[in-house]
Amino acid sequence: MILNFPKPLGALICSVAVLGQVALAGGVVKIDGSSTVYPITEGAAEDFQKETGTRVTVGISGTGGGFKKFARGETDVQNASRPILQSEMDAAKQSGIEYLELPIAYDALTVVVNAKNDWVDSIQVSELKKIWEPAAQGKILKWNQIRPEWPDKAIKLYGAGSDSGTFDYFTEAINQKSKDSRGDYTASEDDNVLVQGVEGDKYALGYMGFAYYVAHQKRLKALAVEWDEKKKPATKPSEEAVLQGVYNPLSRPLFLYVNVKSLEKPEVKSFVEFYLKHVETLAQEVKYIPLPAAAYVRVKARFEKKECGTAFAGHGDMAVPIGEILDRPLTK
Amino acid sequence: MSYERDFTVRPEPYQKQQEGRAHRRGTIDRNFRRLGFLLTLATLGILGILLLNLAMNGLARIDWQFMSSFPSRRAGEAGILSAWVGTLLLMLVTASAAIPFGVAAGIYLEEYASKNRWTDFVEINIANLAGVPSILYGLMALGLFVYQFRFGQSLLAGGLALGCLVLPIVIVATRESLRTIPSSIREAAFALGATKWQAVWHHLLPYSTGGIATGVILAMSRAIGESAPLITIGALTFIAFLPPAPLISHAPFVSGEWLFSPFTALPIQMFNWVSRPGEEFQSNAAAAGLILMVITLSMNAAAILLRRRAQRNITW
Repeated sequence: MILNFPKPLGALICSVAVLGQVALAGGVVKIDGSSTVYPITEGAAEDFQKETGTRVTVGISGTGGGFKKFARGETDVQNASRPILQSEMDAAKQSGIEYLELPIAYDALTVVVNAKNDWVDSIQVSELKKIWEPAAQGKILKWNQIRPEWPDKAIKLYGAGSDSGTFDYFTEAINQKSKDSRGDYTASEDDNVLVQGVEGDKYALGYMGFAYYVAHQKRLKALAVEWDEKKKPATKPSEEAVLQGVYNPLSRPLFLYVNVKSLEKPEVKSFVEFYLKHVETLAQEVKYIPLPAAAYVRVKARFEKKECGTAFAGHGDMAVPIGEILDRPLTK
Repeated sequence: MSYERDFTVRPEPYQKQQEGRAHRRGTIDRNFRRLGFLLTLATLGILGILLLNLAMNGLARIDWQFMSSFPSRRAGEAGILSAWVGTLLLMLVTASAAIPFGVAAGIYLEEYASKNRWTDFVEINIANLAGVPSILYGLMALGLFVYQFRFGQSLLAGGLALGCLVLPIVIVATRESLRTIPSSIREAAFALGATKWQAVWHHLLPYSTGGIATGVILAMSRAIGESAPLITIGALTFIAFLPPAPLISHAPFVSGEWLFSPFTALPIQMFNWVSRPGEEFQSNAAAAGLILMVITLSMNAAAILLRRRAQRNITW
């Protein structure tokens, strides 16, 4: 038996190498970044492509991974669940990339307990910190260690896995340092695992995205959060509370960053226009919280005037009302 | 003399002891057989439960609409067209990269290379490479294929990344399977004046096709389920168009454009759906999982068939 390799194979490989690269030059809007923003952008991409036939691609490299590509000019639009950081601003500056920062919706985290839990309705941020800070590992194990009147029972913790934006956000908001957390809890990137965990255990406490809580709200109980450090009253997570800027620090704005140079391409420009026109309904559809109508008007104005730069000057302090985000001077 | 003692009738206790030992050996044998059977059953049972679970959640979701639609935010309208096409094309690139390179490297190491420290070193490294986390291959591919070779975030880069990932499996399988060929075959070929190349090409390679095919099956089955290296090099999650067709209407009638197309793959689509809220997306994920299993199983079935045919002609 003799093996015969087809002769044209070599020729094929050569021709492929020559033909490549030329391909697909025309008309693709490239988007990457946060998995939190993804569902909204996916909706916009889907409808835009159906309406105009322009091809749109969306990846999920995470906010950090996406900013790396965005700062190299590889993507036109960046999904971000936090403002751009100083190092990312520097990288963008180095490759000569200017960008628009467009707030598009709000994401809120929810602290949940079992539906049968009858001893807690509201929790302080300092108490959450006591539970979740790295020093709590192996030490804070019972409910009554947090408040003496709570039961003398083991507290079962459920939280986001360390690769998720939810984890970054929660640790930043509660422990003041992103990714700083105790490690001895049930961690999952998949919020469905968390829902099931908290649902099945009377002494459980966990945190997850507001959208996930809403999808499963019959099975869980959401806690009001009291920002005791800033003397803010306990607030239940709700759309209204987030919009009024009072459900802090556990609600955050989400952003689109748009490469200004990409806006010279008509398909990118019309995609962002389309996005801003429909983002309110899209955000509601995927259970995020849209901005107030007045804020959208200002975001659209920022897009039309191509006002470059960020309102956060490179640090990620996100407990800011939407009005202030739009009022602040922009740094490039 | 010692042999005289061999003819003497052995004392009673000794005989009993021997019988006892034979009995015990039999028991051990039977027990191991039972244990092995149970463990096999457990393994199959786990696979069965997994399949059953996927089928219960996803079977109802699989229809023509699901296979022929692009991803969508509405779970009911979403489909896996770009994902399954992406997966098949990726496997094509992976196989065309890993099989020739892996088999050639295996033949070289087994038949040509002299055994010295250098080949020992290479051997240890290949064995180690098989255990390297897949994300590292993704990072390597990002630097090398995506940026250095400028392939971009394309099917070509993704397929080559997976090709590198499974290369060690193909090399090791090729070597193992060459090793099972009796050396008398080689010697016979050389005795008749065959060159090494002739011995390899006319005898060793055909005879080891079965073993190599098994290795390739394992390699492809591993590659098809990977998502981490693909996400690292920039595989997409939402893509609602297909790569350009490989056949075109004008000369030269074949086109390599598809190799440079952005893509997504089934495991990425599944992963995305699993992490979405709502039961509907969960059943989409299960359905995509079932399709992935079907593709894997049919790939394996095809390879097993090829192997059977290759082995049928071999007698020695």
